[in-house]
Amino acid sequence: MNASVDQLWIWLQDVPDPEIPVISVVDLGIVRDVAWDTSALVVTVTPTYSGCPATAVIALDITTALQGHGVKDVRIETQISPPWTTDWLSDAGRKKLNAYGIAPPSPSGGPEACPQCKSTALSKISQFASTPCKAMWRCDDCLEPFDYFKCI
Amino acid sequence: MDSDLFEFACRMGDNTLVLGHRVSEWCGLAPVLEEDIALANTALDLIGQTQMWLGLAAQAEGKDRSADDLAMLRDVWDFRSVLLVEQPNGDFGQTMMRQFLFDAWHVAQLDALKTSSHQQVSDIASKSVKEAMYHVDRSADTVIALGDGSEESHARMQAALTLLWPYAGEVFEDDTVDQAMADKGIAPLPSTLRPAFDARVRDVMAQSTLQIPDTEFAHKGGKTGARHSEHLGHMLTQMQWLQRAYPQAQW
Repeated sequence: MNASVDQLWIWLQDVPDPEIPVISVVDLGIVRDVAWDTSALVVTVTPTYSGCPATAVIALDITTALQGHGVKDVRIETQISPPWTTDWLSDAGRKKLNAYGIAPPSPSGGPEACPQCKSTALSKISQFASTPCKAMWRCDDCLEPFDYFKCI
Repeated sequence: MDSDLFEFACRMGDNTLVLGHRVSEWCGLAPVLEEDIALANTALDLIGQTQMWLGLAAQAEGKDRSADDLAMLRDVWDFRSVLLVEQPNGDFGQTMMRQFLFDAWHVAQLDALKTSSHQQVSDIASKSVKEAMYHVDRSADTVIALGDGSEESHARMQAALTLLWPYAGEVFEDDTVDQAMADKGIAPLPSTLRPAFDARVRDVMAQSTLQIPDTEFAHKGGKTGARHSEHLGHMLTQMQWLQRAYPQAQW
């Protein structure tokens, strides 16, 4: 018997993002749909950035995880529209990012506070950081550099 | 086969492919670590956009070629990228000037393509423009910082602008492919994007204390494929080396 769609979402909640393993692919908002197509399971995924090198790994991780739960035939479909936005990051995902040391996206266009010491005295170092989805900032009080998840 | 759409999608995808490859040549060589990472990220975005545009081109062509086939198995005369993007990197300032001149057009073009009558063109543009906005913010900031910087950096940025300016106009030349795209509501006529480009470039160059050369002359031939500069062939021998040495090799 096919697993229920609700059960599949719970399983996907445990698939970590390969670049930021503290949040799941569901927290990140890149899983857009999960549906049975007769005997195959179709998981619709949207890329964060069009050149994100993690995209292929994410597809593999989702397939491997679901196969581990007994879903034999998994098909990953890529959808680019509507384009991914940081508005789709879950609230739980934002909290986990911050606890991990990555400032979550903020509508003001910059981090609200240093993830380490909570200071609001911050400076931008670079528009781009370790991945295309992040910028690099520095706390002017504790002097720690940190990643900021850019709004897109 | 929809030959006008194929040409159009190749032009979009070849621009991002050739510039993406050029920018990736900086990987590990940039003046500071942050710039190295920023350049690599920009190159990644451009190559990602290339996969979408050349995927559309392959589909419009209908000859069972993939985006990878178009990128790796065509030679110079089949590329439809403008001459600006194949120009060598030069120094860091020259690379950033080339990037800014490209970004200023790219943002205007993608913004207009968001309302394209062709659903896939509109989808690709809507995805890409978010990335291009970050590119132009950074390239403009860097051009201003170096132009209005030290005597040395100012002189280098002025030399870069003087060198690259005659290559900036080619993207605005209209031809029959552009007219066909405009008639179908797929893409704007390139010449209509010029005022927005000029306004942005004038503003950034004023802040950079740089003089825009007093000439409308534009080198042409890349977009039509008629006359690429010698640089593209050398670049392709690097970029396509693996497929040339080991045809059909898979990752």
